[in-house]
Amino acid sequence: MRRYFSRKLLIYLVTFFLAVTVDWLIPRLMPGDPIQNMLSRAALNANAAEKLYTYYTHAFRLDLPVWRQYLNFWNALLHGDLGISTYLFPTPVSEIIGDAVPYDLFLLLPSILLSWWAGNKFGAYAARTKRLDNTLLPIGYLLTATPYMWLGILLAWVFGIVLGWFPIAGAYSYTMSPHLSWTFVGSVLHHWFLPFASLFLVGFGGWAIGMRNMIIYELEADYSHYLEALGAPRRLIRKYAFRNAILPQLSGLALQLGVVVAGALVTEVVFSYPGIGYLILAAIQNQDYFLVQGCFLFIIIGVLAANFLIDVAYVIVDPRTRRGMVGE
Amino acid sequence: MARRDRGGKKRRNEFLYFALRNNKLKIGASIVLLFLLVAAFGSFLTDRDPEAFGGPMSSPPSAEYWFGTTFFGQDVFAQFIAGLRATFLVGALGGGLATVLGMLIGFVAGYRGGAVDESLNVLTNIVLVIPTFALLLIISAYLQVRGLIMESIFIGLTAWPWAARAIRAQTLSLRSREFVDMARISGMRPLRIIFTEIAPNMMSYLVMTFILQFGGAILIAATLDFIGLGPTEGFSLGIMMQYAVLWGALPLGLWWWFVPPGAAIAAIVGALYFMNVGLDEVFNPKLRET
Amino acid sequence: MSLQVDGLTVYYQTLQGDVRALENATFSMADGEIMGLAGESGCGKSTLSNSLILLAPPMKHVCGRVLLDGNELPIGRVEAMNRYRFKEISVVPQYAMNAMNPTRKIGKMIEELLRARGIEIRKILPELKRRLDLVELKHNVLKMYPIELSGGMKQRMVMVLSTLLDPSLLLADEITSALDVSTQKAVAGMLVGFRDQGIVKSVIVITHDMSILYQIADSILIMYAGQLAEKADTETIIHTPRHPYTKMLITSLPKVGVKHDERRLAGIPGKPPLLLDPPEGCRFRERCPHAHERCLQVPPFVEIAPGHHVACWKVGDKDA
Repeated sequence: MRRYFSRKLLIYLVTFFLAVTVDWLIPRLMPGDPIQNMLSRAALNANAAEKLYTYYTHAFRLDLPVWRQYLNFWNALLHGDLGISTYLFPTPVSEIIGDAVPYDLFLLLPSILLSWWAGNKFGAYAARTKRLDNTLLPIGYLLTATPYMWLGILLAWVFGIVLGWFPIAGAYSYTMSPHLSWTFVGSVLHHWFLPFASLFLVGFGGWAIGMRNMIIYELEADYSHYLEALGAPRRLIRKYAFRNAILPQLSGLALQLGVVVAGALVTEVVFSYPGIGYLILAAIQNQDYFLVQGCFLFIIIGVLAANFLIDVAYVIVDPRTRRGMVGE
Repeated sequence: MARRDRGGKKRRNEFLYFALRNNKLKIGASIVLLFLLVAAFGSFLTDRDPEAFGGPMSSPPSAEYWFGTTFFGQDVFAQFIAGLRATFLVGALGGGLATVLGMLIGFVAGYRGGAVDESLNVLTNIVLVIPTFALLLIISAYLQVRGLIMESIFIGLTAWPWAARAIRAQTLSLRSREFVDMARISGMRPLRIIFTEIAPNMMSYLVMTFILQFGGAILIAATLDFIGLGPTEGFSLGIMMQYAVLWGALPLGLWWWFVPPGAAIAAIVGALYFMNVGLDEVFNPKLRET
Repeated sequence: MSLQVDGLTVYYQTLQGDVRALENATFSMADGEIMGLAGESGCGKSTLSNSLILLAPPMKHVCGRVLLDGNELPIGRVEAMNRYRFKEISVVPQYAMNAMNPTRKIGKMIEELLRARGIEIRKILPELKRRLDLVELKHNVLKMYPIELSGGMKQRMVMVLSTLLDPSLLLADEITSALDVSTQKAVAGMLVGFRDQGIVKSVIVITHDMSILYQIADSILIMYAGQLAEKADTETIIHTPRHPYTKMLITSLPKVGVKHDERRLAGIPGKPPLLLDPPEGCRFRERCPHAHERCLQVPPFVEIAPGHHVACWKVGDKDA
């Protein structure tokens, strides 16, 4: 088990290091100058503009040699300082991200967990009979092949515009500001439902298909045949198959995180939901170095942390790893 | 030598026999083929320029404009065909690149084993863990002019780990089979072994991997395009949807603008996945239905 | 216990048609008999054993009956056979190495299996431990995962589990094939021990290894291409076989101590027929040196001497 974790940790650390470096590097390769952008929005005469340019370049420490900027970056990062946004100047990046994170978690966590759980149950159920399998399989494939944003658009159109049951923009009604009351909570849930549903449905299809395949594989394994030969009821055989099929699905969850993040991003764009995805888009469009970096970093950390949690869960669930029998 | 050739031919015929009878394969392939034909010969169906204005604005499907017009009076059907072409191109190029890269890395890792395998594994795992979509975002954002080819290359460069993993696993299982040991004992050079003994058995796997990568590349490209990080010129199905949402097709109810592109993607990728299941049955006797 | 198989015919359904894997098998076994079931790969021995315990698609019960202790077994109906499985008739499968759920502790799996079959583990635990002692497995094996056991240990564990409820008939399918010679001897010995102690009443030992059968079987049934060829007690089969196939099989066995230049290995020229469209009549006739036109009809499995059955026109017609 030690070996299992130490290997994983190594990969995470290296990944983190690489990602941070890439994160720092790429915006610097970009054509365009964030300070210029910021200044061009303010109407200034040439003289003032030049002085302010020097001032801000110095303030943002962009006049230092490159390697020093890199080290400063790490230094600041370890202090939790992600810089100041140029797009939403003078708010600190960490604060902007901090405001957006709750919405992301609120959207991502339920949809990931529920679609995984429901999809797995459903896939296992579909594997029971041939007829059920033949009708449910195409639906699953269709769902998982549906692009996230198109499903979001469809849901928004059908349930938001045509039927008018749900709003299609924002995290809560524009007439409110966050406060603790049932109406606010209701509004939040009302706005949350459609984006959640589109993330849930696509994920559901994928998990259902995966589980169905794994279950069939397990049901045809030798141990299933042996139990059958000893007269075990189908219930027991299915239970064992399910327990064994869940394991690869769990590691699959870790692998899918990147995809889900992408999906959440476009869904937020469709529904103007104020999460990290929406933020990153605005940051890119406005060429805000620090905000882009911060968002990307946050996504990386989030995915790595989630991966780690899943690895821990895997060790708990698969008894073989505890005995040091399953490498990776 | 002769005996081996005969065996190979017999196996190919056996696959063909089952392939022609497999429903999933037939249905999936026909759907994909249908879209492919529309994309390839679309210019015969309509000769309107997708970018041209001039039609009635925001008008629903009619005899003259099969898919209606956009907010600006552009022909949605013409855009659709142009978009289909771009989508197929990205799928083929991006998916192809990912498969080739995955093939190289997976083969070498699985066949050589040892330190080579370990280091390639670490590399693969790292690329797998990185949310490559976020990476693509940043890279794409900082290129002012982007083309279809560039997009395909990026997708290929980030999607290969899936293929590499699958191919490595398959190589490992084949490598320890008897006929490979026989070839090694008889003194065949490693490269020759790879090409004559292992590759034919991997063919089925490679085909299936490519199909999955093809579908995956289409989805990734559509997502990138939708955010506005796709090609800066031209059309794709994702770009169509982006414009639709941007220009208020939702509140205005211009459903003919955003439904066809997404539906086409869902249909094509779904059909590809379906084909894959069918192919799995053709290549794997155990899965065939009685 | 007594086993009577009467005209059992089982085919495999495939896309290309029915594979006629078992044709008209008729034989019987007495109480306490260890019968070896031998033949080449694909001769139908596994089909026969599977038919007795788990006849599931793609296998198809065409006709024939099986009577265990006078009761007809509903072998064609998978659900109905459950009453008999594990309790009256049990199997040590060919894949015993992988027969146990890899993610479950062995003891836990046994407990759950027994509970599902209506038996409380507490009652049977002392007996289970006694059986483990019999096969020389430590009791703590119940707390382990299958992967922690060696191949031989897993084999013995499966033997203990399969015989836990004292079945009348045990089917032992290639239980020594994957083992080294000394473990083979131990396992074969355990099988006889089980019978001698009354844990199982009768055993059908399926194998292609004649030397094992010579050691432990009371009688041997030889099969070829889905048909029964010969059945007799072990001594007769090994030393005085009558069926042409059995004769050639026995002579083709390499003898210990005999060198290649003294006596060449004799094989049986030709290959067994494909059972999708098998030849008419006796399926061995294409390789048989004594074949004649009568062989175009299926020879009946007749008793030419007490306890000695042969399916061959040449033998059955009472000429040498």
